[in-house]
Amino acid sequence: MILTELIDSLYTNTLAISVPSFLPELILCGTIVLMLLLRVPAWGQKINVFWVALLGTGVALSVCAPLFFLGDVAKPDWVPEGAVKYNGDELFTGMLIYDNLTIFFRGVLLFFTFLFITLTRLTGIPDADEAPDFYTLVLGSVVGMCLMVSANHVLMVFLGVEMASVPAYVLAGTLKGRRVASEASLKFAIFGAGAAGIMLYGLSLLCGALGTAHIPSMATQMADMLAAGGSEKQLVLVLGGLMMAVGLAFKLSAVPFHFWAPDVFEGATAEIGAFLSVASKAAALGLLIRVAVGFGGASFITAPETPVAVVSPASVPQVHPVSFTALHPGEGEHEAETPAAPTSASRLSALAGAREYIVGLISLLAALTATWGNLAAYGQTNIKRLLAYSTIAHAGYMMMPIAAGVALLNNPAHGELAREAIRAVAVYVMVYLFMNLGAFAIVAMMRNAMRSEEISDYAGLIRTCPGVAICFALILVSLIGIPPLAGFLAKVYIFKAMVEAQLWWLLIIGGVNAVISLFYYLRVIKVMMMDPEPEQRLPIRFTTIWLESIYVVIVTLPLLAMTIWWESVERLTGNAVSNLF
Amino acid sequence: MTASILLSLLTFLPCLGALIVLCLPQKQTEALRLTTLVTTIGVLLLSLFMFISPPNTGGDVATNVGFLAGEAGMQNNFTMDWIPSFNIYYHMGIDGISLPLVVLTAFLFVVSMLASWSITKQVKTYCILYLLLETGVIGVFLSLDFFLFFVFWEVMLLPMYFLIGVWGGPRREYAATKFFLYTFAGGVMMLIAILLLYYHSDLTKLSAEQVAELKLSAPEQAALTKAAEANRPAHTFNLLALQKIGMETKQFSIVDPEVDALLFGQSVQFWAFLLLFIGFAIKVPSFPVHTWLPDAHVEAPTPISMILAGILLKLGGYGIIRICYPICPEAGYALAYPVALVGVVSIIYGAFAAMAQKDFKRLVAYSSVSHMGYVVLGMACWSAVSGTGYTAQYWQMGMNGAMFQMIAHGLSSAGMFFLVGVVYDRVHHRNLDDFGGLLAIMPRYGFFAMLIFFAGLGLPGLCGFIGEVFVVLSVFRYDIFLAILSAFAVILTAGYILWTIQRVYLGAEYKGPHPEALSEMNWRETLVIAPLTVFAIWFGVYPQALFKYMQPSIDHEVQQLADWSATNKPDMPKPEDKPADEQPKPETKVAER
Repeated sequence: MILTELIDSLYTNTLAISVPSFLPELILCGTIVLMLLLRVPAWGQKINVFWVALLGTGVALSVCAPLFFLGDVAKPDWVPEGAVKYNGDELFTGMLIYDNLTIFFRGVLLFFTFLFITLTRLTGIPDADEAPDFYTLVLGSVVGMCLMVSANHVLMVFLGVEMASVPAYVLAGTLKGRRVASEASLKFAIFGAGAAGIMLYGLSLLCGALGTAHIPSMATQMADMLAAGGSEKQLVLVLGGLMMAVGLAFKLSAVPFHFWAPDVFEGATAEIGAFLSVASKAAALGLLIRVAVGFGGASFITAPETPVAVVSPASVPQVHPVSFTALHPGEGEHEAETPAAPTSASRLSALAGAREYIVGLISLLAALTATWGNLAAYGQTNIKRLLAYSTIAHAGYMMMPIAAGVALLNNPAHGELAREAIRAVAVYVMVYLFMNLGAFAIVAMMRNAMRSEEISDYAGLIRTCPGVAICFALILVSLIGIPPLAGFLAKVYIFKAMVEAQLWWLLIIGGVNAVISLFYYLRVIKVMMMDPEPEQRLPIRFTTIWLESIYVVIVTLPLLAMTIWWESVERLTGNAVSNLF
Repeated sequence: MTASILLSLLTFLPCLGALIVLCLPQKQTEALRLTTLVTTIGVLLLSLFMFISPPNTGGDVATNVGFLAGEAGMQNNFTMDWIPSFNIYYHMGIDGISLPLVVLTAFLFVVSMLASWSITKQVKTYCILYLLLETGVIGVFLSLDFFLFFVFWEVMLLPMYFLIGVWGGPRREYAATKFFLYTFAGGVMMLIAILLLYYHSDLTKLSAEQVAELKLSAPEQAALTKAAEANRPAHTFNLLALQKIGMETKQFSIVDPEVDALLFGQSVQFWAFLLLFIGFAIKVPSFPVHTWLPDAHVEAPTPISMILAGILLKLGGYGIIRICYPICPEAGYALAYPVALVGVVSIIYGAFAAMAQKDFKRLVAYSSVSHMGYVVLGMACWSAVSGTGYTAQYWQMGMNGAMFQMIAHGLSSAGMFFLVGVVYDRVHHRNLDDFGGLLAIMPRYGFFAMLIFFAGLGLPGLCGFIGEVFVVLSVFRYDIFLAILSAFAVILTAGYILWTIQRVYLGAEYKGPHPEALSEMNWRETLVIAPLTVFAIWFGVYPQALFKYMQPSIDHEVQQLADWSATNKPDMPKPEDKPADEQPKPETKVAER
């Protein structure tokens, strides 16, 4: 290929596919720059950056248009014609993958950010001076998370993780001058740096052993290597995978890399707690799906026969200007002599060992995380610490279906079932967004109302502010997973995935955990509903009918609505995973 | 009125009532209570409407919604879309098994609401939760979709938790949490079993006739056709379809040892049965998972105890008869003896435990454990195969007895809890040894108490007798050892009940605290206990009033199970030669007596 031709097609490809598909992220970046520049002119300082951040996120969300891509909504005007593509394209020469799952996770992240920015306004957590910094960090982190959920290249994996984490370290310490906040920030940063270092080492081992950093190509290389009857590199692969898992487990706050979570959640403000527990976790799950499914050989599963409503401008060339795989000296010459090119099916079966390893690792982490999180939540007296452990436990639940999904890839005919398993994660993330945002929002509001975050001070809340108490109780019941609340729906999908994958022991652990989680959630409900008011509590200043209450109700209502209009959830998430592999 | 409207109204009318209550001002306690009472009466009238309307013949389009006695199958059966892509439908119907329980529920909720006038704390919240509870219970009895069933089952949990935890006695929080924990654990097991059955069911493997017999609704039929064309399995949550699959196919049995070995060498239905049975046994409650019951009963306020004993315990029995046996016959057959043993141990253990109690309410609670043991026993005894040549007769008798016992116990235990509540409201203690002479002080109360307690004892002529005797007779054909034990337990029951009567109602004088407070029952209290007593006598004298409705459905189910045994377990001992005319027909005999 001539260089000019190459550059030409690269140019067309980037402008026609990559950039339009990447528009939401670009808008976020633009918003960040705008917020920073607004501080320079005198008139700019009078503008409340909250509105800029909210507007930027809103525009990004509408450009992302998840409901159009995944649901039955008609194409909105603002969706550019060229961006209407979602058939598993690789963007920027294979760096990112753009499929329905990307759209889904990006939609969830942006929607959450929108609600989150609204919440910060209501509870007044950054003040006017700090606001530009605060929102810059938040949006910067969200851009990193968007990269995480669409990573298709090891470089993007690391870049995404770091872009999402570094702003979060600072956000954890936003309450300047408070010891716990500084401690939280420092702990978070040190833990994060350590985990990132190990992860980077693991990634470099994998890339070195496989001669490429493009995840599907890595899977191909690995399949061929394993098919050739194992090799001395196997140990390197195992080690590399383990080290990568450390980095991911840190982001997921999976046991035994969860130690930062309770301290950070306690030290940071409740709003940041919501951000870390929802957005950060959703992104980490997205990334885990990409990596686990990618190395599990998803690219060897044939695409579904009927992709949903593909609108694809066929004229744009798909360009991979660089060969993804480094050639070993002399290897290229022998290529012609290879007796028969391995087929997708044979590569898929060659990866069985790798899948077994991935499933074992993820399910072990999931079982440990769920159990440990639930057990450790018992002794907590601080509501934020309790929610931190609850977050850990839920991370465990959400990892279970990923293990199931990878296990189901063993049989190429089970592609649909594997997609169903990944769908469980999508459903859970959707439900989880409302549950944890609601819980942390209430904690933040009660902190403003009574200057306390101790569970014992929530006593008798049903009498002082019944609306909030009922909403909180509903959210907690949803976290337990009892119908008719949406948390139940999420649990059903997870159990379903494990039954399909016949992961019986994990199913039992999931069931046992569902029961033991009952205790600590119920304790909070009991304190709110049944205990008498404590005497030494500061008087609660909370106006029942005001924006805060409306916000809480808006966040809680979807938990009931999702069960009734379950079919929509089913359709939305079904489309989200429809072209995963 | 069509079937869908009637059954949905039955289920959700209490919800509407709760909405109205929500809008009423908190201070108007009398208005709140009356609204709740009117709502529950409305539900009762709706359920009785099925007796006067002409029978439904044309499915959901027909405007007649009557219940046809003598018909075994589902009536007023209808299906609507809920989550069609997950094969979950809003599918309801009623048959002879659920009808008596629905009417009992509607009736007891009215009666208990009358008894709720003694609740003075946070009346508004109480009424809302009370009505939500009714929605959950009726929903469970009417659901024919396993998933819908489960949702309603769990919906009951929260209202009950708060009703015990907020309005209960001194240790209410402990009791409420214990209740929640036990039931939720059962619920999780049930959910796993539901998913196990769902993923192993496949409608496409049924023959055309079998599918036709199921009378699937249009959306279900469409989903089935689509799956068959795509060569995919068509899973189902439809309880009727699952029953058919369970009894007529091998889908839940071990087909491929290689695959099913993952389930620790047991078939899907073995695990499903076990998980479901434990879930239901917690609700019944059977020994050894009964321990939540005494605490919950002792701490719950009187009307909630009545609901708990009268209805919520029946959900367990209903689940066993509707779900466990028809869907998992093979596992039911294999586990028949352990299950029957659980029943017998519950009977005896409950009776002994009741005898040892000093607290009046705790005694009644343990008597519930004992009485509900007969229900489990009657259902479990697989008498169809024990030397009877697969004649279903004895087992039918046992099942009918179990069902009758559920209704009878619903009446008598609710009455007993109310009677305990009446004296507790007056003297604020329940210490059995401090009572005495109540019959002389409160003659009207004493009169009703005697009748209700004797009904609980199982005195012939009162409702408790029929169920017990049917069950024991049926067990005799199954296992003589168990039969002797369960018959022997009747003496224990008589023992603790008579002893209670002696300590509380007889004797010379009342020696406990607050003797001045012992006044005669007021008209409201009389209004609560009188109908319970009337029905206890009526069903004891004329049991056919109940059997008329439930017997066809139960007999049909048992007949199917017996047929299943005859095809699948043909190596059982053949019957001894016995002249045909000696075969008992006890149902009718008792009925005629």
